[in-house]
Amino acid sequence: MNDSDAAPVYGLILAGGSSTRMQRDKAALRYLGKSQLDRAFELASRHLPRVFVSVRAGQAADPTRAQHPLIVDSVAGEGPIVGIRSALAAFPTAAWLVMACDLPFLSAAALSQLLRERDTAGLATAYRSVHDGLPEPLCAIWEPAAAAALAAYQETGGSCPRKFLIRSAARLIEPDDPRALDNVNTPEEYAEALAALEPIAAAECKQLKIQYYALMREQAGRSEETLDSSAATPSDLYDELTARHGFTLSRNQVKVAVNGDFSDWSRPLRAGDAVVFIPPVAGG
Amino acid sequence: MLTGGLTRFRFTQSAIDTEAARRELLDSGAGGYVSFEGWVRDHNEGLEVTRLEYEAFVELAVKEGDRIVADALRRFPVKHALCIHRVGALDLRDMAVWVGVSAVHRGEAFDACRFIIDEVKHRVPIWKKEHYRNGDSGWVNCERCAAAPRHDHDDGDVHHHAAVPALQK
Repeated sequence: MNDSDAAPVYGLILAGGSSTRMQRDKAALRYLGKSQLDRAFELASRHLPRVFVSVRAGQAADPTRAQHPLIVDSVAGEGPIVGIRSALAAFPTAAWLVMACDLPFLSAAALSQLLRERDTAGLATAYRSVHDGLPEPLCAIWEPAAAAALAAYQETGGSCPRKFLIRSAARLIEPDDPRALDNVNTPEEYAEALAALEPIAAAECKQLKIQYYALMREQAGRSEETLDSSAATPSDLYDELTARHGFTLSRNQVKVAVNGDFSDWSRPLRAGDAVVFIPPVAGG
Repeated sequence: MLTGGLTRFRFTQSAIDTEAARRELLDSGAGGYVSFEGWVRDHNEGLEVTRLEYEAFVELAVKEGDRIVADALRRFPVKHALCIHRVGALDLRDMAVWVGVSAVHRGEAFDACRFIIDEVKHRVPIWKKEHYRNGDSGWVNCERCAAAPRHDHDDGDVHHHAAVPALQK
């Protein structure tokens, strides 16, 4: 559906909510070592040329948000519809892939599917919820033509982007990954999401940076390397690299450090981790 | 206290300035000072050593070394403590490591100094490659000892490390 005349798609991460049920700022909740806002921003940035964070006027200096390009609410009213309209007003020729920042399971595959099945002729392309069959306005592409329709809808007293999509010419698509749009609203849901994400992240192929010292540096023939590995733990990684480089030290003679400090051999590895294997030391 | 952002464990690429290091430990409340110097020796496990190379995982070594000195300051009632380790190429008689402790009384200073050098040898990611008269070289504790379990015996000098019943080369 991405024909060459279509408007470019920019990303908008909605981070203006009040997180009432969570009782903590949902944008700042951390998963796998990063705030959800940063995770959402990085995910969107992998697919889209420009990404912004939508905030209310009073939030522009908040440290979680201020490090990203911001679009501050510029139209009257409350709720996500204001953020979406403010983005459409700021760049009238762009379409917006709007993402809530409480979707920790949202994946690159889910964004690709949305972009692939985008309907540039309508007002929006949205996922259909696997829970209630209704459109999900906060993981959707909003076309430039939606600006005027949303303004008119708000003028007649409307404020709910979901109701707007139900009444409008929006394409609804079925998510390939049914869990991609599960949102996290309460401390209990946050705990469940954390427990579910660790093993998913650990089993994925991820980029790791390995440094070698002393005997292991000589045996590997290099002092560092960056590689893609599906090793879930440092223990798996040691086995993988021993097979590749022929290390003579057995694992129980070696210690491991991850991201600058000693680590357990069974700690789940994450993308971007820096791993150092430590052969028997001999200082002094 | 000797803090103020300075770590209490450091590396140096050049000769250790023991006089400057000692001055960092001065304290009008201290009645004494103990230091230990580890030197490069010309033999180890029956082989003639001609020179050494030290290599360190500096980021973690400084962190762990600093934790060791902090441990010593907690365990023993001493005033100040500092450890400096060489990295790079060293010749015979060069100083590889220096530990200094000042305290109100000598007993604690001796104890803390011994504690620091023993812990540094076991815990800090520093590696030593020995070059031998016969042309061989090897990473201490890693190669000739690779197959043997470690049973350390403390003799308190530079070349203390795992005992090996028989050389495997």
